[in-house]
Amino acid sequence: MTSARRRSPEPFLWLLFSSGGMLAALLMPALAWRLWLAPGLGLAEPLAFERAAALLSSPLARLGVALVVALALFHWAHRFRFTLYDGLQLSHLWGLIATVCYGGAAIGSAAAAWALLALP
Amino acid sequence: MSTTYRRHHPRWHRERTPIFWWLGRFAYTRFIARELTSLAVAWVALLVVVEVAALGRGPAAWERLHALLRTPPAVALHALVLGVLLFHSLTWLHLAPKAVVVRLGGRRLPDGAVLAGHYAAWAAASLGLLWVLS
Repeated sequence: MTSARRRSPEPFLWLLFSSGGMLAALLMPALAWRLWLAPGLGLAEPLAFERAAALLSSPLARLGVALVVALALFHWAHRFRFTLYDGLQLSHLWGLIATVCYGGAAIGSAAAAWALLALP
Repeated sequence: MSTTYRRHHPRWHRERTPIFWWLGRFAYTRFIARELTSLAVAWVALLVVVEVAALGRGPAAWERLHALLRTPPAVALHALVLGVLLFHSLTWLHLAPKAVVVRLGGRRLPDGAVLAGHYAAWAAASLGLLWVLS
């Protein structure tokens, strides 16, 4: 037994899960309603291109969108990982599942950063 | 360690848990449903990335994406997605009083107050977002 224990990444991953879950809970129902469902049902005008471009012209807004997207994806990664472990009895595949989940979230976050940086 | 039977070794006795163990009881099914709300959260996050990419490619790409999102299958999908997102929000906020312990003047704030605070934050965030995107 050594006193220097290996530090586990789990608390950090849990923090990402938790903050992503909170942001999703507070923002996503209104977002999905406003952007996709209400215009699809004819209950609201679709968001105009000019309006969206103006909103995302500030670096702060872009940073905010990137943060919400990344945290939401890591929320998914953490939760879905344990759903696969427990729900489908796949705990023997823990390495593969963790790689696919967190790797997928990292790729999605990179795609968000790339798309936001590519905006004029 | 191998789990096959060997001589002079007690036979392993392990009940195999069926894959669909969580369908047997409503509480288990609700638990798995709650965990699967993360799929809707990921879907919204990815679709936001698609929106940003379309925005970067110009008005024509933006209109094409939104025409696609107004087709009946997309609208039906997003009705489902919104339902799942609401389930996420409700279950998430109702866990908050168990996770967040607020002390005020040396005494713990009752669960109801913590929950009410989270509902107020949800309402404020939703109205703020609807106002910004109006």
